Amino acid sequence: MLFTSFYSPASHWTPELVFIANPVKHVLKLLSLLVVISALWIGLLQASIIPQSHTWLLPIYFIVSLGCYGLFMVGVGLMRFPTCPQEALLLQQDIAEAKDFLKQKGVDVGSN
Amino acid sequence: MDAAKNKYSIIVPTYNERLNIALIVYLIFKHLRDVDFEIIVVDDGSPDGTREVLKQLQDLYGEDRILLRPRAKKLGLGTAYVHGLKHASGNFVVIMDADLSHHPKYLPSFIKKQMETGASIVTGTRYVTGGGVHGWNLMRKLTSRGANVLAQTLLWPCVSDLTGSFRLYKKSVLEDVISSCVSKGYVFQMEMIVRASRKGYHIEEVPITFVDRVFGSSKLGGSEIVEYLKGLIYLMITT
Repeated sequence: MLFTSFYSPASHWTPELVFIANPVKHVLKLLSLLVVISALWIGLLQASIIPQSHTWLLPIYFIVSLGCYGLFMVGVGLMRFPTCPQEALLLQQDIAEAKDFLKQKGVDVGSN
Repeated sequence: MDAAKNKYSIIVPTYNERLNIALIVYLIFKHLRDVDFEIIVVDDGSPDGTREVLKQLQDLYGEDRILLRPRAKKLGLGTAYVHGLKHASGNFVVIMDADLSHHPKYLPSFIKKQMETGASIVTGTRYVTGGGVHGWNLMRKLTSRGANVLAQTLLWPCVSDLTGSFRLYKKSVLEDVISSCVSKGYVFQMEMIVRASRKGYHIEEVPITFVDRVFGSSKLGGSEIVEYLKGLIYLMITT
């Protein structure tokens, strides 16, 4: 509970609770996460559960996976990027309707 | 909150949007019948006759519905909002762009979402189903998506569209958040929503469509990317 409230943004909190909240700068949250992960890694090195040669490479694996995850998210997002070509048409209709109305009422709708 | 007592102040900063501001005013009135609202136009000394058109619109719709609060010259978006806020008499404030990329037809959905959830901020998102963008080429979409993934990874904001500027705020919340923001441009929009999120304000999203009509508006040169990265680092450190 403490862990999640430290890391999760407080979007579900009411404004009344706000003023007790969240003085921790985000970069510090990220750094503390890094410290925790490093401690786990050093712990693994000491405990030798996994062969040392593998453990030394874990940070590289971690960074590469993070990079791959990022690229994957960009790719997926790009493929699923929502577009709305019909909106351009609807907008043109709205513009025409607005221009007609305004012209009638004496508003100057010549172009910029 | 008694719906009948809500008033919405819509702040629209303009610069050389003589035609678009008239269209926007028409569309706002079309889509917000039965809603108590005012439109505050903050014009930064446009030389194209925007103010003349606004006077005509005031004659048509009433000076109490369209407030013209100009400034002498281009002074930036953040200060435009602050200036508009000073004259806002509503208990809610909407900010939107004047170039018709933000369509007033979404205003009722912002209002509805806020009333349903009691949120302090309702922000429009282009990146979810039901929303969308038109007028972006592949490169533009790629940089937008890449920037978004980077920002999500580094900042953990609780919104899907960080740089969007079509938002509804409770007036007191906007006053609070804007007083602590110092960035410029689209980083300013990011800073507003991230600071609001850190302060614990309840933020909801509604899908919006964004039609980019400014042809060739590639604001994505090398210097923009550097600005963006600097903005991200700044937000990581100070929020």
